[in-house]
Order: sequence, then structure tokens, then C-alpha cells
Amino acid sequence: MTVTAPPVPVDAVPSGRRRPEGRRASRVNAGQSRFGFVFVSGYTLLLLAFGLLPTLYALYLSFTRNGAFVGFDNFARVMGDYRFLPAVGHVALYVLYWLVSLIVLVVVLAIVVHGIRVRWLGNTARFLFYIPGAIAGASSVLLWLFVLDPSVSPVSALLHAMGYESLVNVVAVGNLPVVFTVIAFWAGAGSWIVIMYGALNNIPVEVMEAARIDGAGPVQTAWYIQLPMLTKWISYMGVMSLAAGTQLFVEPKILAQATKNVVPEDYSLNQLAYLYAFRQGDFSGSAAISVLLLVVALGLSAIFIFRGKLFERD
Amino acid sequence: MSQHSSSRRRAARFLTVAAAATAGLLALSGCSADASGGGDSSLGFTQAEQVADSPITVWVDASREPAVTAFQAKYPDIEVNLETYDGNAGGSGSFQSKISLMDQAGEGWPDVVFSTQQNDAIWASKQTTTGEQGFAAPLNKGFIEQDFLDGFAQGSLDYTTIDGTVYGLRNDLAQTVFYSNQKLLDEFGYETPTTWEEYAELGDKLAAEHPGYILGSMGDSFMTYVYYGGSESPVFQSPEANVFHSDTSDANSEKISKIIDGMLANGTLVQDSFFSADFASKYADKLVGVPGPVWYTGAIFQGGLAVPAGEISVSAPLTWEGGDVAAGNVGGGVWYASSHSKNLDAVKTFLEFVTSADEFQVDASSGYPAYTEAAGKWLDKQAEAGYFVNDDFKTVMSDAAGQVWSGWNVTSWSPESAWAKIVIPGIADGKTIESLLPAWQEELENEATVNGYSVE
Repeated sequence: MTVTAPPVPVDAVPSGRRRPEGRRASRVNAGQSRFGFVFVSGYTLLLLAFGLLPTLYALYLSFTRNGAFVGFDNFARVMGDYRFLPAVGHVALYVLYWLVSLIVLVVVLAIVVHGIRVRWLGNTARFLFYIPGAIAGASSVLLWLFVLDPSVSPVSALLHAMGYESLVNVVAVGNLPVVFTVIAFWAGAGSWIVIMYGALNNIPVEVMEAARIDGAGPVQTAWYIQLPMLTKWISYMGVMSLAAGTQLFVEPKILAQATKNVVPEDYSLNQLAYLYAFRQGDFSGSAAISVLLLVVALGLSAIFIFRGKLFERD
Repeated sequence: MSQHSSSRRRAARFLTVAAAATAGLLALSGCSADASGGGDSSLGFTQAEQVADSPITVWVDASREPAVTAFQAKYPDIEVNLETYDGNAGGSGSFQSKISLMDQAGEGWPDVVFSTQQNDAIWASKQTTTGEQGFAAPLNKGFIEQDFLDGFAQGSLDYTTIDGTVYGLRNDLAQTVFYSNQKLLDEFGYETPTTWEEYAELGDKLAAEHPGYILGSMGDSFMTYVYYGGSESPVFQSPEANVFHSDTSDANSEKISKIIDGMLANGTLVQDSFFSADFASKYADKLVGVPGPVWYTGAIFQGGLAVPAGEISVSAPLTWEGGDVAAGNVGGGVWYASSHSKNLDAVKTFLEFVTSADEFQVDASSGYPAYTEAAGKWLDKQAEAGYFVNDDFKTVMSDAAGQVWSGWNVTSWSPESAWAKIVIPGIADGKTIESLLPAWQEELENEATVNGYSVE
């Protein structure tokens, strides 16, 4: 990063607007970087308070029991729990369904919407995609509780046609990865479509024009131009969604309460960690599950980051 | 100025800021509240420093809100902060979750909590993982007079008594009886069943002659207590502390499972929850008879289904042919006092009021009071209203209270979650309960293991 700007001949600058001289630019840049620190300080403090410190505390708890160092004992204990492997399977399946559907559908929908030449139609489509994102978290699950219950659902005919007679049928454990994928896609995909749309706008017009002149159709343009140039954004979406997906908690927790535990309360790893902490009073075991989850999520995120070249500069 | 030295200085500056922030946060996190301050242990627990006239926080489920309202009307000088929670419905464990967090924080506990889960006394009496005293205050070590405790129905405080110490006051009793819609029985020319076998036969007849009419529901996870506890099936036993035993292959377990399977198949047992949105509209005039706890009187018949007076009769709990009378036990709420309360006087007044005063237990409570004097008045009130058809309903209900089968025990976790996880989805999927018995037992035993019980 350069601190000083090179001197620019006065006659090279368009009339009426002068570039600042080197020293002035330096002062401005120094001021800007000071403001930069101010801007990030709040975030940094919160990150330390609610991200780093709890992580360190969880690490401490996961290797100790009642204050005494126990090595990997807590990890061995939670991994030997009869609920652990099913929970891993549930979360893995859900993350797989969700990431694949999210990446494919969001990219396709964003490219389609970007391709719409009628301005009002494109704007309307983006707006409609974005609306469900406004109903955040728990409230979106509550809304879906009604949609999924054949006795009150506005799409009950569809549910009956699929052979579901009651909410218990719909939320059978085998259906849950799909159910949670639909809920998460509905609530979260809209914002990603808008972000991808912005990324598509970022592709230089000249490149798109060149592709058109070379005879590329919409599909070829999408495949050879737009997709490769979206790779970083797709990786970013992958990392963020992976982090959220492995922490599956709100959806099964609310469904568990609403169905009086027909959706098991040990369905996901985070729920299991919750049970360890608050039902069994075993905070060390709970921390061990959380640390395992962190390690796996970090590992998988690293794949997205390096395969997607997220940190490489153009 | 080289770029390297500039980056080093920036990195150093960042580290300084980060270190300062971390130190600040650590200092903040170290400032925990002083939890004690009292120290008097004359009541069998270490009391917090008492603050006269300080408000008390009370957690209740929605059904127990009238208790708080009635208390506030009678004692306007005692300030009560009412907080509504799920009351641990369906074994949700929210009482435990919330208190565990407060134990970690060392502050914030409510003063009084109502819970529908009887197993709460086991953990609420235990020390926390950090060695602090448990949440529930011992009640019979000088806090509540023995005279008052003696006023509860015999054995009703057993579930909340651990090693001779009472940790909670029972709100209502939950012994099962058999309710019949006498109007429908007369209309169809049927007799009230007295045994499980007759109950099954009635199901077959009803399905054949009057399809659409029902004899109960399997849609709620507390049905384990009604059908398995009430049929003396040794599914959920704790013969001694921290030991668990379950035998779903026992003859009684298999017989009752076959009866339920048969009635599910012929439609006389439905899979809708008694508390679902449309149960009343679907079955209010279709429920011919049902085994259930005495609290069905208010919660199901007078409340949800709004069956008018003069239609329902109450008979003794169903038995096996030639067997003894054995009632199931379906909960019965409990009031707990916090050992951390800063106003134990107000807590005591509150507990005594909500468990015994007419203003709640007789006038506003839907359940059969555990406090004997209130129970008598509650039964008189039902008699005055002519709600039940048979005059001997008082005897039937009070007799059943003493006939609860002792082979179904309370543990630190709820039997409802295994039933909800294995059996309810199984029958919704068309499987028979008989085929699910081994899986149900396995889940129960697994739960016992993770809760620190040895399975025998």
C-alpha cells in the first residue's frame, strides 16, 4: 500500500478539479486510516467480546472438567453419546441439501433476473425475492409451522396430495433436511440473489459486449463469462451459509417445541450442545461439541476460501 | 519510511488496541455480582440477604395466571412480577435451561416457579455443577410450618420429597379415572367399561355401530402415564436412586399396546392432540369415554370441549380383568420456592395462598387441588354445579388418589420425550405400537444412561 500519491502535472488534471498535492494526500490518507480504525473498533470490540473470548472460554471448558485438565476426555465422551452420530448425520445432510440448492438456484435466479431487459420487471422480481428475508429467524419458522400443518395450511391440498395428513407426518425425521432447506432457502436466498445481482452488475460492459459480438448466447455467456467472474462471490456465499448451516438450531428447536418433541430435541449438534449445557448441567461436554463444530466448519470454509480464491487479488 | 516498518507499526498499534480491549472485557467479565450476603441457614439452606417488601418474581404457565391475579387481589401490598413461560410443557425442560443460565451467572433467579413436570424436584434440589446450593428451597426445615404441609393429600408431596426434605408444594392431583359421556352411552345402549378388556370391546362395538365416535386420543405424549402407568406396565421404573428399569416386553405392556393398536386401527383412538386447534370442533360431541387424569374435568371437558353439565360421569380407573385397581398419575403441577429469594416472607405467603386458598384452588383452578381442604370444597363446587351425572364422583376421585400405581417412577428426565420421538411419529407413519416397543425401550434406556442412571 502506498502512502503518498505521485505528483501529477497540473495540466493533466481536468479544469476546475485539482488533485491534491502529495503531502496533502498523505494527510488525508492518514486521517482516513485513523477514521478506519474508529469505524472498525466497534466491530472489533464486539468480535472480541462475543466471538473470540467465548471461543477461548469454550476451548478452556472443552479440555477441562470442574477446572481440572482432562485432555480429550470430554470429546471422547460426547462422541460416544448415542445422540452424537445421528446429529452429525442430520446436520451434514441438511448442509449438503442447503448449500447445493442455495448455490445453484441463487446463481441461476440472479443470472435470469439480471438478464431481464424490462426494468420494472427486474426490479419487481428482486423485490419479491428479497421480501421473505425481512421475516427473520424464529418468526419465519413460526410462519412455516402453519404452512407445513395440513390442518391449517394455505397449501393443504398440496400437502394432502403428497400423502401428508398431519404435521407429524410432514415433520418426520426423514423429511427434515428438505423441510429445513426450504425454510432456510425461503428466508435467506433473496438477499444472496440481490448480492449476486450486484456482482453481475460489476462485470464490465465491454466484456459482455465482446461476448455478444463473438456470438455467445445467454447460456454461453453465463457459463463462460458470468460464472467464472462470480466465483469469489459464490465462495463467499458458501462460507457464510456453511457457517450458518452447521449451527442449525432455531428451526428444529421451535419445531421440537411446537410438536411437543416429535421433532427430536437432539436433532442437531447445536441442540445437543444445548441439552448438555442446560439439561445435563455439563458445560464441558457442551463446549466439546461446539469446538468440534468449529473445527469442522473452519475446515470446510477453508476449502471454499482456497478453491474459490476468495483472498486472491485480481 | 519503508512499507515494512509502516506495517509493523500498524500491526503493533492494532495489537495494543486489541490487548487493551481484551483486558477491559476481561475486567468487565470478572465483575460478577455478589450472590450471597445473607448466610442464615436456619431454614435448611443458606438464605440470601433479605430485603423487606422487595418484589417477588413468579413464573407460571398460562393456566396458572389466575393464581397470581387472585393473589394480587388479596395481597395488594406484595409486589409480584409475573412472568409466563411454558411451564415445562411436554418435558421441554425450559425451567432447567433458564435456571442453569442463572446459576452460571450467579444472579437473576425467580422467587417462585410453577412447573407441570414432577421430575423437576430431582435436579432443583441438587447442588449446581459449581457447588452452589440447588435452586429449590427446602420447605419442611422450618420455612413452611408442618401443620400446613400436613394439609396436603397423603402421599401427594412424595414426588417432591428427596431424602426426607420437601422441595415443592403440589398444586393439584393427577390420578386417573374413567370419564364417560353418559348421554351418549345411554343413547347407544352401552355400559361403562370397568376393565381394559371391556374398553377394547367397547372400541370394537363403537367402531362397527357408530363410526366417527371416539374413546380417546394418542396425540399427546403424556398418554404414557394414562395407558402404561394405568395398566401397571413396568416401562418406566427407578427401583432405587440413579437406577433405571424398563420392560416393554412385559405381559401388561404388550396387552395394553395391542389394545391401543386395535383402537387406533378401528378409529376409536385418534392421533389428534387434545390440545390441538381443532380437537374441540372435531370431537366435542363425539367423545364417548376416555381414561384420564382428574384434571381433565376442567382442562378438557369444561374448558376445551365445553361439555355442558349433566352429561359426564366419572368411574373408577380401568383395571385388568381380575386385577387390582391401579390409577395412573399424569403430572400434577408443583410450586417451587427459590433458595435465592430476597423476600422469603412474601414467597411463603404466596405459596400458601396458591396451594390452599379458595380464591384460586376452589374458584379459579381447573385441577383437583392437592390441598385436602380445598379439594373438598372443589368437589362440593362441582356437585353444586351438577356437572357430573353420578353422585359418587367425589368418592371415585378421592379413592383414585390413593390408588396410584407405585410402579411408575419419577426420574430426572421426562418419559414423554422418548414417546414423542419414537412412538408418535411411528404411529403417524402407520406402524403398530407393539412393533415400536423395543425401539421405545432402547430410547428410554439410552436417555437413562446419558442422564447418569445405570440401566438394570
